[in-house]
Amino acid sequence: MTVYLPIAELSVNIFIILGMGAAVGFLSGMFGVGGGFLITPLLIFYNIPPVVAVATGANQVVASSVSGAISHFRRGTLDMKLGSVLLVGGLAGASAGVWIFSWLRKVGQLDLIISLLYVAFLGTIGSLMLAESLRAMRRAARNEPMPLRRPGQHNWVHRLPLKMRFKKSKLYLSAIPVVALGFGIGILTSVMGVGGGFIMVPAMIYLLRIPTSVVVGTSLFQIIFVTAYTTIVQAATNYSVDIVLASILMIAGVIGAQYGVRVGQKLRGEQLRALLGLLVLAVGLRLAVDLVVTPADLYSLSIGGFASR
Amino acid sequence: MRMPVVPCLFALLLTGFCGALPAAAQVPLGTGPSSIREGLEIGTSTSEIAITSEFRGADLTVFGALTNADELFLAIGQYDVVVTLEGPRDAATVRRKERVFGIWMNTQSVTFEQVPESYSMASTRPLEDIPRSPSAPRMAVGIEHLALSPIGYVGNALSVAEFREAYRRLKLSGGLYQRDTAGVRFVSPSLFRATLRLPANVPDGVHVVHAYLFKSGELILQRDLPLRVVKTGLEQTITDAAHQQPLLYGLVSVLIALVTGWGASVLFRRE
Repeated sequence: MTVYLPIAELSVNIFIILGMGAAVGFLSGMFGVGGGFLITPLLIFYNIPPVVAVATGANQVVASSVSGAISHFRRGTLDMKLGSVLLVGGLAGASAGVWIFSWLRKVGQLDLIISLLYVAFLGTIGSLMLAESLRAMRRAARNEPMPLRRPGQHNWVHRLPLKMRFKKSKLYLSAIPVVALGFGIGILTSVMGVGGGFIMVPAMIYLLRIPTSVVVGTSLFQIIFVTAYTTIVQAATNYSVDIVLASILMIAGVIGAQYGVRVGQKLRGEQLRALLGLLVLAVGLRLAVDLVVTPADLYSLSIGGFASR
Repeated sequence: MRMPVVPCLFALLLTGFCGALPAAAQVPLGTGPSSIREGLEIGTSTSEIAITSEFRGADLTVFGALTNADELFLAIGQYDVVVTLEGPRDAATVRRKERVFGIWMNTQSVTFEQVPESYSMASTRPLEDIPRSPSAPRMAVGIEHLALSPIGYVGNALSVAEFREAYRRLKLSGGLYQRDTAGVRFVSPSLFRATLRLPANVPDGVHVVHAYLFKSGELILQRDLPLRVVKTGLEQTITDAAHQQPLLYGLVSVLIALVTGWGASVLFRRE
């Protein structure tokens, strides 16, 4: 059964889109990430124009994050204050990102930059997560105690000014790195169509030393608002949000996510991180190969006179 | 597109009198320049094509009648019909990748002005088999002869030719440009039927059906008919909303996402 996507302007098989949504939704529920970093490349591999894939991916992340965030909110694993500070940076970053996105599109380098960003971020984050979780697993296997870290002796991040108290997270932390993290994630949301959970979660755990229990819920909270904002801005500036495509992805995604959350709760933290690390690496590697391998056709075609200034 | 009358007549006279063409040379001179002019009438199976959610492409049938045809020319197959369907025009940019530090990236680009987004062509036989008169002006009929003029300064003429070639190849492989060299069939000596294929990704807007009549390789008549391709129903509403009410459209997209996400968590809560 095919369905016509009015913004992408092509007909697609609805079952492939449903399958993509369900699979990515399952993973997003399991790992507590929005799933945009999988949805966007998958859509591009399925010949959806990258411009539409990125904007629609951001919209899909809204839905997959809401169900996750509600689950975490009920379970009390969400720091609203920390999330709000992240959000301040996130909205500013998303605005800057949409501007960068439109500019890259005009000069014909959008696809390349999207791929390069994916390769760089996914490669780095994936390797770091995998290495760390493997170390943790080896420690656990040898029954060694986790190295204890005392509050206040963490790293340079904790010596920054403008400190705020985050009760839920039991933290006394400067607002600067939190806003900066939000800003960076906001840019990535607009340019890559991701929620940014795959970067935010490790950054919160390893850099800001936020307790793992509230990290996923809090990042989801921030992601909802930034992706919602990005969707609206992308729709208003690039007309590239495909509501039909997004709706199909969302419905399949949120159902998949509910099952993903359950499976995720049964797995141990370091196993979860190792799996996510592997997944992130795999997607990055796939994109890196595409960048280096000689393309089947050196020429590409786009409607409109972007090349002429 | 339309040929100026004077050169057209001039070309006609030339071929008629001297029979300089190899193909025309076989025709007895006795036929001479005929005082009667051929006529061409065309009609399409529909004047509007709707893109619905199940749209997987469509076929357009063009009927045509040839009047006052020269019996002899008809008998020896000297009449050729070419029917094209041209989509709405827009600029198109072709980009070429080059390896830069091991990574393939777009380095060069050429933008062609006002080219048809889609182009379907049907003819009685391959265009290159239709004899071409050296005296006839070059016609922009057929994918190979579409005018592709670059916008702005392009230094290297050779590389523009490569970009033109790439443009045609990409359009043909993407299905937006099509040709069927046996797509026009004469159902009777004076009636023909052409079938044009509209791909699933056909752009919406006003398309134009062109019918060209060739006599011994000379273009003698041309008829045009508009064809509207419209997105219908929900598709059109969505496209209109996305472009005319983008902010509202974005808000609705987000609302759908929120309701979907919230709905799922309510639905799965009781379990």
